[in-house]
Amino acid sequence: MTATAGYGQALDLITRVGGVRGAMLVSAEDGIVVAEQLMEGIKGSAVAALAASLATRLRRAMEAAGVGASLFWHLQAEGGALLVVPTPNGILVVAVAEPDVNVGLVRLELLRAAEVVG
Amino acid sequence: MADEIKKLSSQLAQDPDSLVFLRLAEQLRHKGQLDAAHRVAVTGLERHPHLADAHDLFARILADKHDYERAFDEWDMALRIAPTHVGALKGLAFLYFKVGDVEQAAAHLEAAQRAAPDDQGVAQALALARGGQVPQDTPGAPPAAAAAPSPASVEEPLPAAAQPLEEARVFAGLEGAEEGLLLLDASGRVLGGALKNAQGQDVTDAVAAYLAGVSQEAARTTKLLGLGKWTGVAAEGRSGHVHLTAPTGDALLLVVRDRAVPMGRLAIIAQRAAGAARRWLEAHG
Repeated sequence: MTATAGYGQALDLITRVGGVRGAMLVSAEDGIVVAEQLMEGIKGSAVAALAASLATRLRRAMEAAGVGASLFWHLQAEGGALLVVPTPNGILVVAVAEPDVNVGLVRLELLRAAEVVG
Repeated sequence: MADEIKKLSSQLAQDPDSLVFLRLAEQLRHKGQLDAAHRVAVTGLERHPHLADAHDLFARILADKHDYERAFDEWDMALRIAPTHVGALKGLAFLYFKVGDVEQAAAHLEAAQRAAPDDQGVAQALALARGGQVPQDTPGAPPAAAAAPSPASVEEPLPAAAQPLEEARVFAGLEGAEEGLLLLDASGRVLGGALKNAQGQDVTDAVAAYLAGVSQEAARTTKLLGLGKWTGVAAEGRSGHVHLTAPTGDALLLVVRDRAVPMGRLAIIAQRAAGAARRWLEAHG
C-alpha cells in the first residue's frame, strides 16, 4: 500500500463516524497538512497550524507536569470539538466534530487511524 | 454466577484491554460484591476513559454504595461522551427523583424515551414520574435506596466550594490546591495554585511557561472552525490526565491528576475550581 492510500484509509476510519465534519493528518513539527478530508468551508491549513501549535504547547506542559506526552486531546467548544491523537512519528491525527458526537467512538477511530499512519 | 465471575476474571487477566471488565463488574455488582466491582470498574476506566458504558457502570456501582454525588458525576460524564446514553439518562433521572426534582427527572426520562422508545422500563418510570411517584425500578438504584428519601442532595455544592475563600489563596479548601491546580493569566503568570510532579518536585513555573498563550490559541482555533467559544481541553497522558478551561476571558485554569482519576471526574473538578477562580478573580480583579 502506498503512503497516500494508507492516509486515505486512515482518514476514512474517522470520517465515517457520525457527527465528524472532517479529518486531517498534520505534521506536528511544522503544522503542514499531510492529508485531509474536510467539509467545504473548513480552512484546513490554518486549523492545522493552530492544532500543531496547541499540540506542542500541550505536550511540553504535560511532560513538564510529569504526566507524560499526550496520547489524546480534545478541544471542546460550544459548537463542536477538535479531537487529536499524536502518533510516534510526528503526525497528528485530527478530527473536527459536531457537539453531540460520540467522543469515545471518535477517540477509538483516531487511535486506529494513528496505527495505520504508523 | 460464581463460575461466570471466575470465567470473566480469567478472560480479563488474559486480555486486560478487553471490554470484558464491563460484564465482570456488573456480575460482581449483582452479587453484592461492591468493593470488587468498584475496583474492576476503576481499572477498566483507566484503560477506557472515553467509554460511556464504563462511566454508566461505575455510576451504578457508586449509586449502590450510596455515593450519589460521584454517581451523578459519572452519569453526567457518560452523557458528555454519548448524549443519548439511555442508562445515564435513567440514572440521572433516578438521582433527580431522590432530591425531589421531578421536573428534571421527567425531562431525563423523556430524553431516554426518545433514544429508546421501546424500553418499557423507561415508559413505566416516566408514567410514575408524571404521577409524582418515585420509580422503584430505576437501574442502578438499590430498591431500598430508591424508596427512601435521600439524606444528601446531588445538587448541593461541595462543602469546600461553598466555603468562604481565603483572601490570598484561589483554591483554598479544594482538593489538590497545592499540587494539582493552577490558575494563570494570559501571559502565563501564576495567579494561584501549584503543581508538583510524582516525585514531589514543584513544576509550577515550567508548566506555566508552556501554557502561556494557550487560551488565545484555543480561542482562535474554535473561531476559525466556527465552533464558538472554547470551553475546555481534556488531555490524556501516559501517567496522568489534564484538563484546561478558561474561568474568565483571559485566565487559564489547569487541573492535573493521575490516571486513576477518570476524565469525567477531572472535568467536574475543573468546573468547581473554575467557579472558585472566577469568584477570586472578581474579588481581586
